Amino acid sequence: MGRRSKSSRSKAKAKKQSLEELELHSMSENESNEEEKIVETGGKEKGISERKEHEKKDDESEDENECTIETNPKGPLFSDENTAWLRPTKNKILDLDEDDGDDINEKELEVERQSRLIDMEMKAEKEEAKAEMSRTIAQETEIFHLPTMEELENEENRVVSPSEIRSRIESILEVLADFKSRREQDRSRSEYIHQLASDLSELYGYLPELMEYFLSMFGASETYEFVDASDRPRPLIIRTNTLKARRKDLATALMKRGVSLDPLANWSKVGLKIIESPVPMGATPEYLSGHYMLQSAASMCPVLALNPQPNEKVLDMSAAPGGKTSYLAQLMRNKGVIIANDLKLDRQKATVANMHRLGVKIVITCTHDGRKLGKKFPHTFDRILLDAPCSGLGVISRDPSVKVQRTIMDVKKNSHLQKELLLAAIDALNHKSKKSGGVMVYSTCSVSIFENEEVVNYALQKRDIKIISTTLDFGKPGFIRYKEKRFHPSLALTRRFYPHVHNMDGFFVAKIQKLSDGKTKHSLESTKHIEQDIEEKMKDSKEKDRKRKVDASAGKETLKPNKNAKNDHFSIPPSFPKKKSNAKVTKPRRYKNSGS
Amino acid sequence: MRPLTEDETRTLFVKLTEYMGKSIEKMINRSDERHCFRLIKDRVYYVSESIMKTANSVRREDLLHVGVCLGKFTKSGKFRLHITALEYLSQHAKYKVWVKPSSEMSFLYGNHVIKSGLARMTENTPQYAGVVVYSMSDIPLGFGVAAQSTEHCQTLEPSGNVVLHQSDIGEYLRGVEDDMC
Repeated sequence: MGRRSKSSRSKAKAKKQSLEELELHSMSENESNEEEKIVETGGKEKGISERKEHEKKDDESEDENECTIETNPKGPLFSDENTAWLRPTKNKILDLDEDDGDDINEKELEVERQSRLIDMEMKAEKEEAKAEMSRTIAQETEIFHLPTMEELENEENRVVSPSEIRSRIESILEVLADFKSRREQDRSRSEYIHQLASDLSELYGYLPELMEYFLSMFGASETYEFVDASDRPRPLIIRTNTLKARRKDLATALMKRGVSLDPLANWSKVGLKIIESPVPMGATPEYLSGHYMLQSAASMCPVLALNPQPNEKVLDMSAAPGGKTSYLAQLMRNKGVIIANDLKLDRQKATVANMHRLGVKIVITCTHDGRKLGKKFPHTFDRILLDAPCSGLGVISRDPSVKVQRTIMDVKKNSHLQKELLLAAIDALNHKSKKSGGVMVYSTCSVSIFENEEVVNYALQKRDIKIISTTLDFGKPGFIRYKEKRFHPSLALTRRFYPHVHNMDGFFVAKIQKLSDGKTKHSLESTKHIEQDIEEKMKDSKEKDRKRKVDASAGKETLKPNKNAKNDHFSIPPSFPKKKSNAKVTKPRRYKNSGS
Repeated sequence: MRPLTEDETRTLFVKLTEYMGKSIEKMINRSDERHCFRLIKDRVYYVSESIMKTANSVRREDLLHVGVCLGKFTKSGKFRLHITALEYLSQHAKYKVWVKPSSEMSFLYGNHVIKSGLARMTENTPQYAGVVVYSMSDIPLGFGVAAQSTEHCQTLEPSGNVVLHQSDIGEYLRGVEDDMC
C-alpha cells in the first residue's frame, strides 16, 4: 500500500504537472474565448464538466492501468490486498471516494481551478469597468473649446450640420451652468453667450437681435427651452358657448363624431382640449350652429381676469375676430352692452359673423381708432378689455414668420401704440361705476418687456390707477426690473404665461383699476407733478365752480367739495410735501371765496 | 342708423309672417325688454332699446352692426332674410322639417332637401310656405321654402325636392362674412 501510495504520489505529482500544463492551456483558451463564454454560460459549464470527465477518465485509465499491473503478479483476484474488484469501473463518484489523498486533491484542484478562473474573469471585468469610468469622467471633465473667430470663419466655408450646432449649444449651456470650473481660462462669459445666441438663431431661424433680447430676458437654458417650445404647436382648444350649449352635451356630441377630447384645465369650466379629430374642428355642424369657438387657452385668461358681470357696459378695444368678445358676452349672459371695436374693417367683418354665429345679441361693432376712444366715450364703461396689437413674440408657434419679420424696432413701435391705447382706455373707464369701480385688463400675446411691463409702468405714471390681482393663480409674475430699468413693485401682480412652462401661448395679463380721473398718480412726490396737478386742478375747480353756480341756481345737488378736496391742491405752495394735503382741506375754501 | 319707414316695416313683417305666422307679435311685444328694428345701410337689425341708445353715440361711418341682423333690403325694395336671423326664426317657426343625418351635410353645402333625406315634417304645411330645417338633434340648420305641401311630399318620388334651400349655417364658412356688413 505504501509502495503504491509512493508511486501513486509520484504519479500524482506528474499528473499535477500535466494538469498544470492543461491549466495553462485552458487559461489561454479562457482568455481568448471570454466573449464566447459570456454568451454561452451553459456551454461553459458543459465545457468544464466535459473537461472534468475527460480528466477523470484519464485518471481512471491510469488508475486501472496501475491496478492491472499490480494485481496480476500477486495472488488471487478477490482478496484484501487486491481491492481492484471493489472498484466499479464506470462510476466516477466512487472513484473519487476510493482515491483518497492525492486524487481527491487533484479533484479539488479541478474545482478550485474553475473557481479561480471565474474569479480572475470577474477581476478582469471590474478593471475594465473602472477603466471605462475613468475614460468617461475624463471626457466629461474635458473642457469645451469655444471656437475662436478664425475657427468660425473657417466654419463659414463648410456646411455645418444642425446636430453639430445643437451639440455646441448644449455644451455651451453646460459650461454656463458651472462657469467657474468649466470655462476656458481666456474666454469671457459674454463670448460664450454671443456664440450661444448666434448658434440658437441659426438653428431655429431667428433674427440674431431677437435671440439676444430673449437671452437677456430669460437666461441661457430657459431661452433654449422657450425657443424649442415655440417651434412646436400648442394643443387645439375650443371654448363651449354656454349661450347655446353645455360642455357635457357638446363633448358627447363631438365624441359621437369621433373626436377625442379632454377638459382643458381645472381653472376653466368651458374649455376643451382636442387630442385627435377625424373631422375638421372648424366645420362640424356644432361649430356652424355656434356651440363652440376655437380659442387658445391663453386667450381665455384676460377675459377671466376681467370677469364682466351681466348688465354692465363693456368695451373691447381690439376685438377682431371676436373670440374674447363672445366670451365676454357669454359671461354676461347676453345682458348688458358690449362695444366691439377694431381699427381694421376686414377683420371686423369676421367679428360680425362670429357674433351672429354664436348667438350674441348685445354687441355693437364699430371701426374707430382706439386711441380716440378716450375722447369719444369719456368715463363711460364699467369694464374695458384691451388685447393690444403686438409683435406676437409669444405666438411664434402659430406664425413662424415672426422670427424673421419682427425687429426690435417693430417691438418699440408697437410699444408706443400700446401706450397710447392704454391711456385712451383708462380715460374711457368710469371709476364711479357701482359694480366694479372702473376695472380694465391689458393683455398682449407677446413676451417682450417693451410691450408689457413698460407700457403698464408708463400708464402708472401718467394716470391715477393701481394694479390689482388678476385672480389667475397660475402663471409667472411680471418683471419688476430688467437691466437698468426699474418698474413699480405692483407689477409683480401681473401675470406672464410661457409656452415652455405652461404649454400655452406666450401671454401677458395685467388688471388695472382706475382710482380717479386725475392725470397723475397722487403718491408721486416730484414737484413737477405737483405743479402740473395744481394747474390742472385750478382749471378743473374753475369749471366746477361754474357748474356749482349753475346747479345751485337750477336747484340740483351740488358737488360735495370734500370729495374732490384731495384734488384741490392749488393753495398749497409747490414745496409742500403731499402727505399733509389732507390737513389743508379747509384752506382751499377760504382762498376760493377770497379769489372768486 | 335709422328706424324703418312704414313701407319697409310692412315688407319686413310680411316676410317674417311667412315663417313665423302670428308669433311675430312676440318679437314686437317682448316680455323682458323692448326691442326695435333699425336700418344700417339697407340691412335690418333687431336690437334692444338700451343697446340702440348706446349705439346712437357711435359715428355712422364707423358703425358696423348692432344686435342681430335679420336681412337686407334689395335695390328693388324686397326684403331678403339672412342666415343670421335663424335663431329668431327657429324660436317662432310655424313649419318645421327634420332632416336625416345622412343628408345633413348635403343641405349644409347648399343643396335642396330631397325626399330620401326627409325624416319628419309638420302637418299641413302649405306649398311654398317658409320652413325651418332642423337636424335630428334639433339643431336648426337653415331655412327654405316647402316645395310641396305635406300630403304631396308623402307621394313624392325619393329624388324629389321637399324643401327648396334658401339659407343654411354652412354659409358661415362659405365666405358670407363679406355679406354681413
